[in-house]
Amino acid sequence: MEERIITCINCPMGCRVTVRLENGTVTQVSGNTCKRGESYARQEVVEPLRMVTAVVPVEGSVLPLSVKTAAPIPKALIADCMRCLSGLSVQPPIAAGSVVVANICGTGVDVIATRSVAAVSA
Amino acid sequence: MQTDILIIGAGVVGCALARDLSRYTAGITVLEAAADVAEGASKANSGIVHAGFDAHAGSVKAHYNVRGAEMYPSYCAELGVPYRQNGALVLAFSPEDRSTIEALYRQGLDNGVKGLRILERDEILTLEPLTNAQVVCALLAETSGLVSPYELTFALADHAAVNGVQFQLDTPVTAVRREDSGWTVATPRGEWHCRILINCAGASSAWIHNQMTGREEHHIVNRRGQYWILDHASPLPFRHTMFQCPTKMGKGVLVAPTVHGNVLLGPTAEDIDDPLDTATTAQGLDDVLQACRLTWPQVNVRTAVTNFSGIRAHEEKGDFIIGAVQGCKHAYETVGVESPGLTSAPAIAAELSALIAAAEELAKKDSWVQAKPLPKPFNEMTPQEQAAACAQDPLNGRLICRCEVVTEAEIRRAIRRPVGARSIDGVKRRTRAGMGRCQGGFCAPRVAEILSEELQLPMTQLTKNGGDSLLVTSTLVQAMKEAQTK
Amino acid sequence: MIEIKRDIVIIGGGPAGLAAAIAAREAGITSLTVLEREAEPGGILRQCIHNGFGLHRFGEEMTGPEYAQRDIDKAREMGIEILCDTTVLSVEADHTATCVSPAHGLTVYHAGAVILAMGCRERPRGALGTPGTRCAGIYTAGSAQKFINLESLMPGRRVVILGSGDIGLIMARRMTLQGAKVLACVELMPYSSGLNRNIVQCLEDYGIPLYLSHTVTNVEGRERLTGVTVAKVDEHRRPVPGTEIHFDCDTLLLSVGLIPENELSKGAGVTLSPTTSGAVVDDSLQTSVPGIFACGNVLHVHDLVDFVSDESFRAGKMAAAYVRGSLAAGAELPVRDGPGVRGVVPQKLRLPVEEEVRLMFRPDAVYKNATVVVTAGETVLARKRSLILTPGEMAVIPLKPQEIPSCDGLTVHIERGNN
Repeated sequence: MEERIITCINCPMGCRVTVRLENGTVTQVSGNTCKRGESYARQEVVEPLRMVTAVVPVEGSVLPLSVKTAAPIPKALIADCMRCLSGLSVQPPIAAGSVVVANICGTGVDVIATRSVAAVSA
Repeated sequence: MQTDILIIGAGVVGCALARDLSRYTAGITVLEAAADVAEGASKANSGIVHAGFDAHAGSVKAHYNVRGAEMYPSYCAELGVPYRQNGALVLAFSPEDRSTIEALYRQGLDNGVKGLRILERDEILTLEPLTNAQVVCALLAETSGLVSPYELTFALADHAAVNGVQFQLDTPVTAVRREDSGWTVATPRGEWHCRILINCAGASSAWIHNQMTGREEHHIVNRRGQYWILDHASPLPFRHTMFQCPTKMGKGVLVAPTVHGNVLLGPTAEDIDDPLDTATTAQGLDDVLQACRLTWPQVNVRTAVTNFSGIRAHEEKGDFIIGAVQGCKHAYETVGVESPGLTSAPAIAAELSALIAAAEELAKKDSWVQAKPLPKPFNEMTPQEQAAACAQDPLNGRLICRCEVVTEAEIRRAIRRPVGARSIDGVKRRTRAGMGRCQGGFCAPRVAEILSEELQLPMTQLTKNGGDSLLVTSTLVQAMKEAQTK
Repeated sequence: MIEIKRDIVIIGGGPAGLAAAIAAREAGITSLTVLEREAEPGGILRQCIHNGFGLHRFGEEMTGPEYAQRDIDKAREMGIEILCDTTVLSVEADHTATCVSPAHGLTVYHAGAVILAMGCRERPRGALGTPGTRCAGIYTAGSAQKFINLESLMPGRRVVILGSGDIGLIMARRMTLQGAKVLACVELMPYSSGLNRNIVQCLEDYGIPLYLSHTVTNVEGRERLTGVTVAKVDEHRRPVPGTEIHFDCDTLLLSVGLIPENELSKGAGVTLSPTTSGAVVDDSLQTSVPGIFACGNVLHVHDLVDFVSDESFRAGKMAAAYVRGSLAAGAELPVRDGPGVRGVVPQKLRLPVEEEVRLMFRPDAVYKNATVVVTAGETVLARKRSLILTPGEMAVIPLKPQEIPSCDGLTVHIERGNN
């Protein structure tokens, strides 16, 4: 049996939620004040997920392009994701929402632009 | 490298002297250890033009102080540097203080100071209603004034440079040797050979003297003074510079307006070992606050924009040492120029340059260029003038520092001055961009971009204030590469 | 010098100014100009590339640029004039706004109404009086964010963060992900002023320690920062000798509070609240100067941009009503801070209360199972129970349209629960 303590992030209460696991399966959740706390803690012990946001250089411009993962990715893959993005640069024009890296680090999640960059006027 | 006259130190004294000597036909170079002029005591002091009652009658200090104070109004007008004669009060809070005030009054008269008067309590409180009502009497010195010490130094350096003076910044002197034909001065950037050597090295002036003469004659004590600066958003509490009675360590703590409408509180007086240790301390800052409470009981630092400290180069014997170096040919010096050094600088430069010109038989140039005062700051213009400034240069329409209202045109001009800004602080002290309540939070990145363009340097090489004071450590791409190789 | 007439001039093209402009346009005002200092609209959201915006307003999690773009697109669709690269120098009580830009030089706007939406600035080191040297490497969190997210530059390698405001926490994660080592986050108060979510996802996820009831007592380094000293503070927030910890670092980020940027408001003679540092307003967000309105972070510092937008829509709508002469001008009733409450906004109600009014404030400490109560003399007008109230999160209590009994003002207070 394993016990993990998770700080709930849903509200400023920050409940310390205790999750009991047996062979990787959640058997008991306690310490939460509301339902949201329980579901958050269950997800967090099994597979914590995080959104990743970053910037990538735009050729011919000082202002970089801001990007995000289109959905949360496993927390353990954040560093890999950043490494993958660090080698990159993009060429304008770019539309907000367009895919910058497809299926980043095999997560099945795309990295997309969060702003548009106009074509460089000649 | 070869030059006729070599001046060591680009503080207010070195720059004023270089400016005055530039009237003569001689090649002049100024060596400065720091990355900009006015980096030592000249940038971190009270900015007061002292009337001249503090210095002992007959002292060198008294002579230059009184003469310097007299020169200030026209000197600053000629250079286009802000100066304001606001008068000063020295406050007495006890019978002993009253005798000090009376002694200062007599000393002032002996020194030839005009506009001195002793005021009684009621008159003081009418003049400056926020003064501690416990005040007994005060010495009023009408000729006391305010100046921005670094702006004065920049203007002098610029004026010297347009008249041919070379400034070698980032060039600390490591040794001085006497030669048959003059002097050799060693630096990490090579050796300078000159016929005439002038020591204006402030905190290092005793060391340079000892190098020149081979004698350990002078000894500088590094006397640190810590200050608070309050924002100019609130109305000024006092119109006059408010002193307390002097102590053996200095003129005591003051509460003073600045030429730009801020309020200055300080300084402390602490003797320290390291001449470059301009840190502030919790104790020192608290001491200033406590001491200022005697003058101004409601004082608080809620509107503080910053705190800083400066080092006064106090020579142990207590007076300025100015003139030809005894026993050395073609050598001149200004040693131990502490307060009232700023006040004295114009007079020191005028007299010493005349002495050097006579002794070294320097001829006057035909082509000395008059100082060209800087244009009026955008912030001080009328709307009509602002409109005209924008029409003349559209970059006056782009504000970079919103707290102090500084335009892009002004920042570019500061970088392009004869001795121009090379760092964020250099721009700050020349334009006031970053001196306001946000302390550069908004404008520093913009100023950095402009510096990068003007100096053709990548952002990663720009500094806050020269040396290794890098603004950013790398690009994001480099940072990731570094992290991965670790 | 150019002189221009407008029904409404809005100062600031960040989320507050954009929302106010959109609402004014929707209310039928076509003669409308937004004056923005930066080269593009969007305000501080442009550099807030992290997500977490828009949940209340759009029901989805967006990044700062995405949130801003929605309003920019909408404003452009509606044909709203947004003048960028334009700095306002002064605003007068007669609704004159003087501005400069490289494109048009000095321009004077004569407006029917002015909406102040200048946002806020960060408290710098100087205001804290932290002793030590004045070396390079000390930044407000927002300046560091600007360097990283808008210029692709890294402010430093080894970082200590003073203050646990949200921007500081976000920057702890941002710098870590870019390869920096964040050694500590130091908070003067016994609680963090940041959101819980940020403490978990920006500090705990990366093993960055949070030192509560600590502060930076010394800054070292002649040229670039070389280290800071951190010490525990007592209940009077004074450092406790002997508790010093030293960190070797080249960067100190400050996240020690935001201050509404009200210099223009002062010039216009607008009365400011010493508690919020923003204007004193009534429920139409009108300041003490008739026809000058304020909204967003210039009025009081918000935690959520969604609430900024919400408040600013109201300001835009009310300014439009003012221009048309249809803004109610009933009797004024003050709204006061009671025990536990700091800086309630609006500070005045105009009677009668015909629409729901949202009273917002910051609790002065952490309260659990507490109730926010609005009273008029002896009469309770509204009550709202909360599991937790903290200074880090703006509290809101809606006041339904109702008859207000005759009294000399309303009071908002916190009733302690058992815990």
